[in-house]
Amino acid sequence: METFLDFISFKDPNVFYVVIGIFCICSSSALIGTFAYLRKRALIGDAIAHALLPGICLGFLVAGEKNIIYLFAGAFLTGWLSTFLVDFIVNRSKVKQDAAIGIVLSSFFALGIVLLTYIQNSGTTEQGGLNSFLFGQAAAINKSEVSLFAGILVIVVLIIIVFYRQFLIVSFNPDFAKSIGLKVKTIEFLLTSLTVLAIASGIQALGVVLMSALIITPAAAARFWTNNLLKMLLIAVGFSVLSGWVGTYISYVNFGMPTGPWVVLVLSIITLLSFVFSVNHGILARFLKARKNRRKILHENILKALYQLHEREGNTNELNRRFSPRELLSIRLFDTRNLQNGIQRLKKQSLLKQEGGLYFLTSQGAKESKRIVRLHRLWEQYLLKRTQIDAYHVHSGAEAIEHILSPEIEKELIRELGISGIPEEDF
Amino acid sequence: MVGDAISHAVLPGIVVAYFFSGDKTSGLLLFGATLTGVIASAIIDFLSRKAKIQGDASIGITYTLLFALGMIMIASGGGNNVDLDMNCVLYGDIATINLDKVIVDGNLYIGPYAFYVELVAFFIILIVLLVGFKGFKLISFNEDFAKSLGINTGIWHYLMMGLVALTTVVGFEVVGAVLVVGFLIIPPATAQLIVNQLKNMLIVAVAFGVGAVIIGFYVASWFNVSYTGGMILVAGINFFIVLFLSNFSKKLKLKA
Repeated sequence: METFLDFISFKDPNVFYVVIGIFCICSSSALIGTFAYLRKRALIGDAIAHALLPGICLGFLVAGEKNIIYLFAGAFLTGWLSTFLVDFIVNRSKVKQDAAIGIVLSSFFALGIVLLTYIQNSGTTEQGGLNSFLFGQAAAINKSEVSLFAGILVIVVLIIIVFYRQFLIVSFNPDFAKSIGLKVKTIEFLLTSLTVLAIASGIQALGVVLMSALIITPAAAARFWTNNLLKMLLIAVGFSVLSGWVGTYISYVNFGMPTGPWVVLVLSIITLLSFVFSVNHGILARFLKARKNRRKILHENILKALYQLHEREGNTNELNRRFSPRELLSIRLFDTRNLQNGIQRLKKQSLLKQEGGLYFLTSQGAKESKRIVRLHRLWEQYLLKRTQIDAYHVHSGAEAIEHILSPEIEKELIRELGISGIPEEDF
Repeated sequence: MVGDAISHAVLPGIVVAYFFSGDKTSGLLLFGATLTGVIASAIIDFLSRKAKIQGDASIGITYTLLFALGMIMIASGGGNNVDLDMNCVLYGDIATINLDKVIVDGNLYIGPYAFYVELVAFFIILIVLLVGFKGFKLISFNEDFAKSLGINTGIWHYLMMGLVALTTVVGFEVVGAVLVVGFLIIPPATAQLIVNQLKNMLIVAVAFGVGAVIIGFYVASWFNVSYTGGMILVAGINFFIVLFLSNFSKKLKLKA
């Protein structure tokens, strides 16, 4: 607890720089990553991140020292060149985008390694620490770098605010954007430049590989929670900053633990949780919805079978005959366990009542049972009279549609066919 | 790009196997890495099919996660694994490969250990490809058609992924995790630019790969820089030259 307080009160000014630095990096990359994700260009960030290495080495060779401006300018140049080359390959040959990314990524990285070994062998004393660009060294963020990162974040946020509408249209529908006269090329250029900027800012702190995660993962996690771009941007930033913060804390508490990998690990866990628990798109929500549908269909089929049971005995006025589950099997082939469970649930909804080993419909259940049968037969009649479908086939169509016909359509059908009550004919 | 993902994702498998065996040259390492490679491709499939995350995004998420896990494992392993440092993982160390020597009869040196691993892997891949050529061909070109013929595409897919994992794993100790991707992708992509037939493409790709290795080696030793970096750089430059030439010849054909 004490270390936690130390951590959040920034007792150590270095911790302050690291936390603020990570905050800026996470925010700008999450913002720009959202657009990359929506434009289905998530892996381009990967290519850019690897392509920064030769740029950094070139910047070092030109400046002769680790001047952050030169390194940054070099990184920006090669990063930008890499996205240009990926597009060039895709447009000019049958090589697919992912292969093009792989080609550019490894070629640039190879150039980077060649330059790096060249610098190391040239014996310059200044070169120490260039290695850190490969794996990242978050703990080494200092004051001047924090101001650079903050500046980049401000630039990214300002440009997104100014060009929000243009970015939105280009991300979702570039063809439409072109048709309304937007300069798509210019906007894409702007987005690419921002991506390179965001990645370049994080590369020293997080390293080549993990920087790709900061671009892709927050957007993928945020996508589970919303369909609205603005909300998606905010959620992505929220997730990213949260994991940046937790990751920094973990590496602060455990000496020697690297920050970057923990940030990425936390981020991935958040994505996994989003995937399971998200309200609309989560796997849990989808499973529950599917189960609800399955049960609804089962219940309605049981109620329908009950009506048919009464009908077989010529008594459909009062649906109050006692029945055993076994009898229903003669009407329709239910799975016996599903049938048992379904009957129990119908009892809970007080559509059925139990008397000893036998069951009977409540008045509410009888009403519901008649409703389903009516829908089924109305649809059969409709198919017969208004379409060319053969009498053999109308049953299977009705069997599916009966569960989803709304009361409005029911009224329409009654009006259209002039039928009241339950049609006697059954197919 | 799945190759890229696998090559990064094998890291945790290697680390775990290393903890168990304590030996960098053990077969367990190879097994652990290949296993995580296959697991990684299964996770990618799962994310893109079940979670409906875009294909390339699920690749990105998977390999960064596994790579981060591997880095954390190495960090938490403390000082007892001096051998397994990150530099070697990313660049590989072809220059120091002679350290793991295979010595028979006490003092007869018959080549570096990694050479034999590569040789075995090469023959495994060659044999599997020769035996399963038709299957691989079918699923590479038209998976739906293969399915309609009653072929279990899942098995072929994972067999292929297993081979990719094997290649990356044996390759990456020598050339590093990123550059092994270059060896996987660049030569075939270059070959694809000039030939249309699968058999020819395989042969041309091998030729380009070997050519890049030989030229790259001499160029790199001339400038005294990283060998693998030089090799991939040559392969990459070669790709772009072929790309320009094929575009140029297309234009000429159009004019004529």
